[in-house]
Amino acid sequence: MSEWADQRPAHTPGMSAKDEILARVRAALDVPRRDEITEAQDVPRAYQRADDKQEISTDRAKVRDVLVQRLEDYTAVVHRTTFDGAPAAIAAALGEAARVIVPPGVPASWTDDLDPEVTRDDGTLSPRGLDAIDAVLTGCHTAIALTGTIVLRGDDLGGRRAVSLVPDHHVVVVEAEQVVLGVPKGIERMGTDPGAAWTMISGPSATSDIELSRVEGVHGPRRLDVVLIEPAPEPTPEQDTDPRAQEQTA
Amino acid sequence: MSTVDLGIPSVRPQHASPSSNLRGEQSFPDAARDELGNEVLRGNLRHATATINGKRASAVREVRDWQKLRNAGSALKWQVTDHLPELLEQLEESVTAAGGVVHWARDGDEAGEIITRLALERGAEEVLKVKSMATQEIDLNETLAHAGIRAIESDLAELIVQLAEDTPSHILVPAIHRNRAQIREIFLAAMPDLDPSITDDPPELADAARRFLREKFLDMPGSVAISGANFAVADTGTLVVVESEGNGRMCLTLPKTLISVVGIEKIIPSFQDLEVFLQLLPRSSTGERMNPYTTLFSGVTPGDGPEEFHLVLLDNGRSAVLEDPEGRSALHCIRCSACLNVCPVYTRTGGHAYGSTYPGPIGAILSPQMTGMDGPDDPNTSLPYASSLCGACYDVCPVKIDIPKILVHLRAEDVDQRRETKGEYHGTWDMAMKGASKLMSSPRAYDAAVRSAGPLSKVLPGANIGKLPGILPLVPGWTDHRDLPKPGQSFRSWWDAREKDAAMQPGSDDDATAPGAGPASSTTEEQS
Repeated sequence: MSEWADQRPAHTPGMSAKDEILARVRAALDVPRRDEITEAQDVPRAYQRADDKQEISTDRAKVRDVLVQRLEDYTAVVHRTTFDGAPAAIAAALGEAARVIVPPGVPASWTDDLDPEVTRDDGTLSPRGLDAIDAVLTGCHTAIALTGTIVLRGDDLGGRRAVSLVPDHHVVVVEAEQVVLGVPKGIERMGTDPGAAWTMISGPSATSDIELSRVEGVHGPRRLDVVLIEPAPEPTPEQDTDPRAQEQTA
Repeated sequence: MSTVDLGIPSVRPQHASPSSNLRGEQSFPDAARDELGNEVLRGNLRHATATINGKRASAVREVRDWQKLRNAGSALKWQVTDHLPELLEQLEESVTAAGGVVHWARDGDEAGEIITRLALERGAEEVLKVKSMATQEIDLNETLAHAGIRAIESDLAELIVQLAEDTPSHILVPAIHRNRAQIREIFLAAMPDLDPSITDDPPELADAARRFLREKFLDMPGSVAISGANFAVADTGTLVVVESEGNGRMCLTLPKTLISVVGIEKIIPSFQDLEVFLQLLPRSSTGERMNPYTTLFSGVTPGDGPEEFHLVLLDNGRSAVLEDPEGRSALHCIRCSACLNVCPVYTRTGGHAYGSTYPGPIGAILSPQMTGMDGPDDPNTSLPYASSLCGACYDVCPVKIDIPKILVHLRAEDVDQRRETKGEYHGTWDMAMKGASKLMSSPRAYDAAVRSAGPLSKVLPGANIGKLPGILPLVPGWTDHRDLPKPGQSFRSWWDAREKDAAMQPGSDDDATAPGAGPASSTTEEQS
């Protein structure tokens, strides 16, 4: 009917789809744009990268404060604790959960004193089986403070992806040395193992699809608790940390 | 026009296949007129876009190096464009090395055939889908339905749209044109197990969708899921899917077979470059510091997630966009939809008026280039005019696509095309321009014309000139839709008077006393 909706674009006989697409793209790029070709080294990297002064020299306690504030902004529940206090904080975070699953590499000290029935994941539980479990307790790989992001790697600490997804309540343990300030530092850490199964989590599952009012908990876990393990407070607080930080940059 | 068969295989870039959802039935002004009459739509749009704009602005304000990130994002996308063939081959290699299978689809139909075959071979009667612009573009659900496969949208908004047998109207919030009461009705009609006492409270509605889809996720019927991807990393073969609800994680994790349909322009050069795009996209898109969930996967991971991964690389008109050096940066789009939300045209007409999967300012430059503009009657020829050229879209674009410039470029192409087929001067506009050019080339004729405009218009009633009868050339078309202010004194008359005054009162340089209408009033307008 319409003159523009005539026929499917021509395919070149005897040419594979791959060869044809590449030939089309090459033909298209034969017409150059006015300015020069952009090479990788031409990309201006003036933004704050992983080696940025702010990333390196910001006081670590302050970075953790930012993380906590951003996580709470997403309505995640944060439990700040120390190494010794971790088991109790984890128990508190798990709350009423009767059945808990953990990836195989989660330290025994996190789970030894727990009341709920703890299953160590051996990769056999089906999605339906996981659905019958109340909560999942995992460690993490990296936490990005400025965006309030928890980064899980599909390893013995972060677990296979289904394990941290199907149960309705997710408790993540973050250790102080895993906390970075910005996204570039986080990506740098992930880039050491780019082929892994990575999941970045920023707050509980949410949607704004109905009149843009935010509703929490659609398909992912509806509750996210973060247990942050921090160094025990130093005997002399309130010390000016700037000189030390400057040394680190140098 | 586009293909010349000389017996030698000379491959040229090709437009999208006609079965794609890239062209509406009506021209933009006609479709927009219908949409503008829909008050629910306008109210929803106003509320939704104002909310997102506010969130985006504060999320962006927080980032001190935002402009530097935009510069990097733009340059990275140029790097991808300039090196697309090499990067595509690199991506294929790295995905294959990671255990994935790469398919190439010249157009939407070919992609549909590949995906249908893969699904049928695995005995799938139902497939679950993650919201994906590419599959919407190639009308995949329809293609699968022809083969007897039911595609179920798992994104809440897409589900609403699908259950209502409707089409999406916004890139990010496809059901932006539906309010809560409408959504409740749609759910009640489509979900047989739903308790009729459900209210239209968004958490209750979201919970209904959760229960409806959870059954599907946990069993993953046929165990095939189909997704798109936000980024495909060439050096590591990593695909990145950015989402909020967790339906993406479900579909990327629980099925046996995962098929991802990705446009050839979605490549980014290296894993490290995610540090730029994962900052630009969420803040521009939903106005969040980071979206709730981002999944990164490379091929298959034994013991974790799908056992089989297929990547379908899609051209479908993208090579045609690439062919135009002035317009090719339209392919840099990362589908954040910030340009839609700030556009004074989109925020009033909504997405359906654009007739394409890609609405708003980006759609107005992307769709006509993907399909080609086939003469003045082609609805997509009207899209480059669907803009006031205010430039807000360029200001918010995270990868700095100069949308207004491309709109103007495409308008020029349309005019050139019409001149080729209809001659140098055709229609009232060209005739009027020809007349104006004659008039303006003679100082005396021009002087007489502008000096007489004021007095002549005095014979018309009212303060403004309203709709003029069609017998006059040029002006009627102009005055159909807007009032023309009556010309007051001409600039030349005003200047003469001013010079005369100045001669009489030497030393006075008070030039702010220009009388009445004319140049002085236009100055005031600029300031207001």
